[in-house]
Amino acid sequence: MRNLQLHPCGNFRETYRQELTIFETDFGRLATLVGLILLFAFVPFVSSAYILYIINTIGIFAIAAIGLNLLIGYTGQISLGHGAFFGVGAYSAAILATKVGVPFVIAVPAGGVITALVGMVFGIPSVRLKHLYLCIATLAGQIILDYVFVQWESLTGGAAGISIPTASLFGLDLGSDRIFFFVIFVCFAVMTWMAVNLIRTRYGRAFIAIRDNDQAAEGMGIPIFLYKLLSFAISSFYAGFAGALYAYYMMSITPEPFSLWLSIEYIAMIIIGGLGSIPGAVFGTVFIVVLNEVLSIATEFLMNVGVTGMGITIAPLREFTYGLAIVLFIIFEPKGLAEVWRIVRSSFRLWPFSY
Amino acid sequence: MEFFFQILINGLSIGFLYALTALGFVMIFKSSSVLNFAHGGLMAIGAFLFLVLSVWARLPIWLAFILTLAGSFSLGFIIERFFLRPLIGEALIEVIMLTLGLFIMFRGLLLFIFGGDIYSYPDFLPPALTFHWGPIEVAGVYVATFIIGLIFLGLFGFFFKYSSQGIYMRSVADNQPAAMALGVHVRRVFALSWAIAALVCAMSGIVLGIINGINVHEVSDLGIKVFPVVILGGLDSIGGAILGGIIIGLLETFTGGYISSGLREVVPYIVLIIILLIKPYGLFGLVEIERV
Repeated sequence: MRNLQLHPCGNFRETYRQELTIFETDFGRLATLVGLILLFAFVPFVSSAYILYIINTIGIFAIAAIGLNLLIGYTGQISLGHGAFFGVGAYSAAILATKVGVPFVIAVPAGGVITALVGMVFGIPSVRLKHLYLCIATLAGQIILDYVFVQWESLTGGAAGISIPTASLFGLDLGSDRIFFFVIFVCFAVMTWMAVNLIRTRYGRAFIAIRDNDQAAEGMGIPIFLYKLLSFAISSFYAGFAGALYAYYMMSITPEPFSLWLSIEYIAMIIIGGLGSIPGAVFGTVFIVVLNEVLSIATEFLMNVGVTGMGITIAPLREFTYGLAIVLFIIFEPKGLAEVWRIVRSSFRLWPFSY
Repeated sequence: MEFFFQILINGLSIGFLYALTALGFVMIFKSSSVLNFAHGGLMAIGAFLFLVLSVWARLPIWLAFILTLAGSFSLGFIIERFFLRPLIGEALIEVIMLTLGLFIMFRGLLLFIFGGDIYSYPDFLPPALTFHWGPIEVAGVYVATFIIGLIFLGLFGFFFKYSSQGIYMRSVADNQPAAMALGVHVRRVFALSWAIAALVCAMSGIVLGIINGINVHEVSDLGIKVFPVVILGGLDSIGGAILGGIIIGLLETFTGGYISSGLREVVPYIVLIIILLIKPYGLFGLVEIERV
């Protein structure tokens, strides 16, 4: 430990280097390290099968949500097609694994790359379109891709879907949830690390410039079309990568989960978590996945408790709660959970002399 | 040939329904530049309110109709007041997400109350409306849709062209600060445009219900179908919404009739992408030129 110091009271940054640091103090670095050790050495061994399933789902969705936040939160290009991109990743990995016989290690990144290419195709309208027009274009993309999943039966297996052989990594069987946990979270850690660092490079700064004012960005010599396409590609890569992991984790895929609903769920994740914040995307994912599970447990509970017939009708309340959460967050905390987290943290930090 | 005409008639009537749906959408966009994803939800609420009033409460049809319209009108006011107004001046994505959130809320609520079943209205249209022309028969509902659509179009045309509120709305759409400086009560205009849009939504929801029966999923999906229509016609053009609706309706039925019924659902979106690529402001939309 070099200088284990606390946060200074005020802004004393003097160089750009200081401005760009990820960990402002060594405590942050230490906490991250401890968190990672706990995550890998502790969590998979104490969690029950059900909890582990939820954690794995969170890991997979968080990767895709981080990707979407790079696109919406940092580049300012609204996409309503992220669910379909997730599906493209899942299907390409599944098709590569079953029809071509590609091993797991290659199939997952390949799923990401294929999705990145598809994402770039749907990013092309962003040359001419801004804001709501782009949003509608990606909505159309979502619906068209959805149609392709169902109708291209020779490739995607239609509504019946594809079942995928168990993943194996260098001869190690990845069939169990516990081993797959490590695969997911190593990928998650690497992808998060890449995203956090991407924002600090010239590419990330260009994305932010485009978000804040695209005309000014162009005036400063940023080729905005290229950067928008790049942002679409990176974001879709994240979605596709996560989708491929999802396909292997679920062992079989059908077109059903990759609907417009999933896209909305992703946007809800990053809005609730906080736009333009990588930890925010993770918070949002945790919130949405846990909310989903709590609501389905509540449904089950009400069914068992003897409110007969209620079980069928209470399921839509899930949708209602969802919508309500989105609306309340937008009106009362538009910066999302990341902002809540920041406020809580700084009120602890500044205690008892808060200002 | 008979098949062709039948498809043509079907296409025209579906197109007219789309046009009617798009009307409310264009209303909101024209006056407040909000892309309303909750459109399908508003339609479904109108349609189910009418169902409750006419079938469950057994009110006379005309009374149920008027009460539904009044209810939707106030719902529009409430939505604007409590959800949209805090967001004036916020980023576009937040407004879009808010309307999406409202849509999910409405849908969940309706599904909770009514479930996924199909309901139908009592048959109240006079049988004389059915129209025969040689071997072709046009069902009474379509004729009624056509008539209702025409009445509403006429009303809106006059409203925007001559009434003072309509002129205020157009001025706010055109240049908000200038309208404000000239003493237009901008917030009231927003509220009114949401109220009117909700009313039009309820209208089209009811018409859809008369034709197909109502089902929460089906009605709310139509709210998504409105996007190809308004993009084709131009987001801020009422005439464009009508023409766009008819074109999309014809396109859908002809694809369904002659090519494949699966493709029918997707064709509007393919057209949407093509239009966005070659002529993003649609047929009659206002072109905003912005050069870097």
